[in-house]
This record gives sequence, structure tokens and C-alpha cells, in this order.
Amino acid sequence: MSDETPLTFEPDALAARQLSRRGLLAAAGAAGLAATVGGITAGRASGAVPSGSLEHLAGTVTFGSNASDPVPKAAYANVFKAFTKQTGTKVSINTVDHNTFQEQINTYLQGQPQDVFTWFAGYRMQFFAQKGLLSPIDDVWEGLKPLFPAGLQAASKGLDGHFYFVPIYNYPWAVFYRKSVFKAHGYKIPTTWDQLLTLAKKMKADGLTPIAFADKDGWPAMGTFDILNMRINGYAFHIRLMAGKEAWDSPKVKNVFTHWAELMPYYSDGALGLTWQEAAQQLIDKQAGMYLLGSFVGQQATKAADHADLDFFAFPEINPAHGQDSIDAPIDGFLMSKKAKNTAGAKQLLKYLGSSQAENIYLKTDSNDVAANRHASKAHYNALQKKSAALIAGTKNIAQYMDRDTRPDFASTVMIPSLQQFLNNPADINGLVSSIQKQKKSIFGS
Amino acid sequence: MAVDLATTVKSDGARRRARAVRLSMADRVAIGLMLGIPALVVGALVWFPTIASIVLSFTNWDGIGGVGTAKWVGTQNYREIATIYPPFWPAVEHNAIWLAFLTFVATPFGLLLAYLLDKNMRGSRVYQSIFFLPVVLSLAIIGFIWQLIYSPTQGLINNLTGNASSGHVIDWLGNPKLNLWAILVAVGWRHAGYIMVLYLAGLKSIDPSLREAAAIDGAGEWHAFRTVVFPALRPINIVIVVVTVIEALRAFDIVYIVNRGRNGLELLSVLVTDNIIGEASRIGYGSAIAVILIMISIVPIVVFVWNSFQEADA
Repeated sequence: MSDETPLTFEPDALAARQLSRRGLLAAAGAAGLAATVGGITAGRASGAVPSGSLEHLAGTVTFGSNASDPVPKAAYANVFKAFTKQTGTKVSINTVDHNTFQEQINTYLQGQPQDVFTWFAGYRMQFFAQKGLLSPIDDVWEGLKPLFPAGLQAASKGLDGHFYFVPIYNYPWAVFYRKSVFKAHGYKIPTTWDQLLTLAKKMKADGLTPIAFADKDGWPAMGTFDILNMRINGYAFHIRLMAGKEAWDSPKVKNVFTHWAELMPYYSDGALGLTWQEAAQQLIDKQAGMYLLGSFVGQQATKAADHADLDFFAFPEINPAHGQDSIDAPIDGFLMSKKAKNTAGAKQLLKYLGSSQAENIYLKTDSNDVAANRHASKAHYNALQKKSAALIAGTKNIAQYMDRDTRPDFASTVMIPSLQQFLNNPADINGLVSSIQKQKKSIFGS
Repeated sequence: MAVDLATTVKSDGARRRARAVRLSMADRVAIGLMLGIPALVVGALVWFPTIASIVLSFTNWDGIGGVGTAKWVGTQNYREIATIYPPFWPAVEHNAIWLAFLTFVATPFGLLLAYLLDKNMRGSRVYQSIFFLPVVLSLAIIGFIWQLIYSPTQGLINNLTGNASSGHVIDWLGNPKLNLWAILVAVGWRHAGYIMVLYLAGLKSIDPSLREAAAIDGAGEWHAFRTVVFPALRPINIVIVVVTVIEALRAFDIVYIVNRGRNGLELLSVLVTDNIIGEASRIGYGSAIAVILIMISIVPIVVFVWNSFQEADA
């Protein structure tokens, strides 16, 4: 493996690479090394665009990670090993439980945050940029711009127009189903609202739960609101609504809830007591016909045969004016904290994380997401990933999901209870939207 | 303090000793430390946060940047909580139901268990251990355990009744009319064991001759319990009342584990956490809810303190 030529390195960087590789050999087990090298090789084999400007830098960059699940955790470990090998910069990782990391973000950023940390695109990132808790990274983006499509570039900017975010992957929200179930019953993919309702009715007659649904944890229902609002009122209205610039008690929003209420007879029984994993299991077990969720639904299909049987379609059109031109496809990525100690190292790490090389190493271990970098290798994609990438590429407007597109306090303290209240009592739409509107005024007004 | 000591002592010898007290720097330092450190701790851990919460509850601070960025909003938070914050009144109601359930169902049940086990029936030690077992578990763990029983599709109950396979499940955790009661059963399971142990200790300490006297006088079981045993348990009863009220007001972990305290399981403690600790960070708003919780908590505390002082005077 040492015979293979490195990517694009100055002689001293090469020397450093050799040095650090020896250090790595001493520190890491042979298995870990094999994984690293495997990842690098994969990246190169697919003709990755070299991240030319990486220099040798001594020192350590600290990295705060919310990747507490084994798969992404291992994926990041591989990425950093490769980074250290190239640049000699060590990465000290602090992994925190996924939900805990999110809940503590305020105190985290004001305390002793790591130099670089995992986060999300959208208002949820812009909010902290606006509060002065993040470092702008326009210089990092100088080299990254050609690697990302315009939509992802826009999603990486704060409200002030500066870059703050480096994306690594995203995943679409769509209606998932099992090919075998659709084939056995002769179902056709619905493309309009009426077709969707007809299909649901047919599934019910066939003894299936037409649409799996779960909202015990509060956030999964937001995905249904998002897609209905974008289908009925369009992306622009949706984003303005999320930004607090539209009234929630308008006929437009009421119309969204009216449509939603039409779907509810077809939902899983006891949806408010179910987690998304339990609802996904209904789909896997062929008890349910469809499930609107992010592509992470694939995590629940632990058997390869089940995973291969999964497929999805974009949510059907409701209003011809907007067709199927928008989806939720949340982007995950990285930020640099304002209090970063090793800024040179942090920027170098961000540059590396934006490269197709890092992307390839990461996605080798995580098979439910889609690369953000347009030059990343698609050779390892399974059928679902390929289709996800095509859906994202072919959709005009990409939203980030309600809890990333609006204020965090509004999403968690107002929308979660309100949507649950709606699921309990779909009849009182007027009372619901006027309550949301009053709380929205209080939160966005302050 | 040293001066007081010296002047109140009468005898010569004592005065000499008292003077020694007054002069000893070490003693003064010791007294100062013994009073000062606890005062500091109480001030820093009780009074400062309490007063800070009250002050913050009149602001709109979002927890980012210094407190200086907070804007004074008067009673706006309180007005909004009472008028346009939908989870607030349900939370108050749920706390009240929680307290009523513990007081009138779980606590009497614990007393009943204790009374029966006190009879020295066969295997009472085994039963005692079984009933006490949940007490050593945290409520969070109890939440996990009972979710396995209640879960709509994968839970024990719905599978035993066959509802899970028919698709028409009883939604113990998601139906807001049901889930509070389902959770209260779990809470009562633990609370009854706790109360049982406290009462068992109390019952063991009752002089057996009291009961013998009652029996000789011809009192029946219920009559003897009502007029002799229960009044003799008075000191324990006060402890029980306090424990029960505290348990009802601090309830948090189990509902947070089950569904983050939403959708029928709202509690005041959860609303405080939701607003302050999570990503939301509405410190001012959450503080206002916390102040309301303090006000409610003060009532039983005052009653308890007043009661125990009366006891001491008597």
C-alpha cells in the first residue's frame, strides 16, 4: 500500500504523511489501518477530485460529534484516520448521544465547544450564525465551490451571505413501500391526491394498514405537514411560513390540515403511541402498505432481502401549480465554532470533509444517505441510494424539514404539541391554527 | 455571639471559661465557618437560583449571550402561559391528578400492604421484597419496563389480548385519555412499595400492648385500626404526606422517557425543561413556569414546617 502514490502533495507533506503513517501503525491495530486504506483506495479508484490545498499541519483539531450510532461513528473514525494520515493533524473526537447533543447545543456553543462539530443546514444553523456562535468559513469555500451544486451552496450560507456550513450528505423524504406488496396486489404508484386516496382505500379493503404513521416522539409528523404544505401552497410559501412571515390561521394553512385529515382514516392504529421504528416495522412486515419517512427507514430493514424490496415514490401532486417540485431532503454537515482554538487546523479539516475523498470514505459505511459532493463516487450506491440521488437532483426546491427550517423554540414548544393535538382531534382545525398563530406571534415577535 | 455567651454566664469559674471562649480566635473562626459555609451553600444553591429564576421570569432572555441581552417584558410571560400556551393547564391538571392518585389510591394501598404484611403471615418477607423491589428502580427504568408492557404493537398487553395481530390496538401510550392513567399505574406500583416500607417501620414501632388492650376491650379489626393503630402512626403519616406531595410535584422522569411529556402526559416540570434545557432555550418563559411551580410547592412545605413546629412546641 505504501507503493501507491499519494494524491497531490508537496514533498514535505509527503514526508509528513509517511511519518504520521508510522505513528498510526503504532497506535492503531492492523484491522483499523486496513479499513482506512480500503477507504482511501476506494476514493481514488473512483477518480475523486483531489483536495489539492491540504497542507501538513502539526497539532490537534477537536471534533464534537453527534454520531453516536455505531455506523456513522465508525464512518467518521475512518474519515479522520485518513485525514490524519494526509496532513499529520490529529483529530480528537468527542461523541455525544445524538439527541442530547441537539438539546445541549446552546450551552455547548457557549461553553467550551470543539473546533469543528456536526450539525444541520437550514435555519437551525443560520440561527446560531446570527447569534455569533459560529465562525464564517468563506476561505474554506473558495476551494469547495466547484464541488457542490448551487442548491447546496445556498444551504451552507448564513442569513448574512457568508458561508458557515460544509455539507456531507442528505437524504430525501418520500413515500416508501415494498415492491413485492405492490406487485402482489397490483397496486400502481399514485401521482395525484385522488389516486393516493383511492389506493389507500383499496389497501384498507385488502386488509392492510394503508399508511404507516408514528408520532410518539413528536417530530415525525412534521414531515407530513411539510410535504402537504409544499404540494398545496408551494415551496416559497412554506419557507415564508417557517420563517414566521405568514399567518398560521390563514385559509392556506387550514387547507393543509383539511387535506391531512383526509389521510388520517388510513393511518396506523395508535400512531401517537408508536415510534418510527415500530411504524417502519409494520411496513417491513407487510402489514402496512406505505410510509412517508426519510430514507433512514432503510435502517429498520435489517435483512438484505427486505432492504432490496424497499422502494419509494415522491409524494403525489395535489396542486398542479406546484406539481411535485419540492421535497424535504435535510442536509447534515459540519460547522466551526466561534471559540475554535486551532482555527487553521479546523479549516483544514473542514476543507477535507468537503472533499469527495472524505465523502467516499464516509458513505462506504453508511448506506442510507446520499453524498452532498457532486464528485463523490456513486459506485457503491445501492438501488435506493441511486434513486434518492436522482430524486434530489431532479427536484427543484429542497426544504430542510420543519425543525430545521424554523426557529428551534417554535418547532419544539409549539409545533410538536400542536401537531399531536391535531392528530388527536382532527375536527377542530380552526381552534388549532388560531392557537398556533397566537404562539407564533409571541415567539417570533420577541 | 461570644459576647452574649460571656455576659449570660454567672459563676466566676464559668465566667473565666466564657472569657476564654470570647478571646479564642480559633473558636470564633470555627463558629464563623460552621455558620458561614452552610449559609454560603444555601445562598448559592437555593436562594440565588430561586431569586434569579424569579427575576428572569420577567424577561425574554434566550440564554445566548450575557444576561445583559435580556429584555424586561414585565408579566408578559405569565399572561401568555395562562392564556395562549396550550400545554399549561393540562399540565396543572395532570400534576393535580397525579397528587390525587398517589394520595387516595397508591398511598392507602401501600398502607394496606403494610398492615397485611405486619400480621407475620407465612412468606411475608418474600412479599415484602417483591413489593419493595420497584422502589430501588429509578422512575426512568420503570418507564422503560412499562413501555414493554404498554406498547401498541409490540407490547405485552396488546399481544396477550390479540389486539396487536388484529390491528386494532389499545393505545395505552398514545391516547391522551388513557396514557396518564397507564403511567399512573406504573407510578403507583413503585409508590405503594415505598409507602409500604415506611408504614411497616411505623407499625413495628407500635407498642403491642395497645393492640392487646383494644382486643380485650372487644374492638374489631377495622375499629382497632381506625381508633388505635392509625392515630399511633401520626408521626409517620406526616412523613408520608410530605413524601407523596413531593413525589407528585417532582414527577418528571417517567413521562419524559415515555414520550417526552407530551400528548396527554404534560407536567409542569416537563414544561420547564422543554422551554429551558432543550434547543428551544426560552429561559425567561421557562423560568416563569418554574416560578409557578415554586409557588405551588411552597404551600405543602409551609404546611409541613408549621406542623412540625407545632409538634415541637407541644
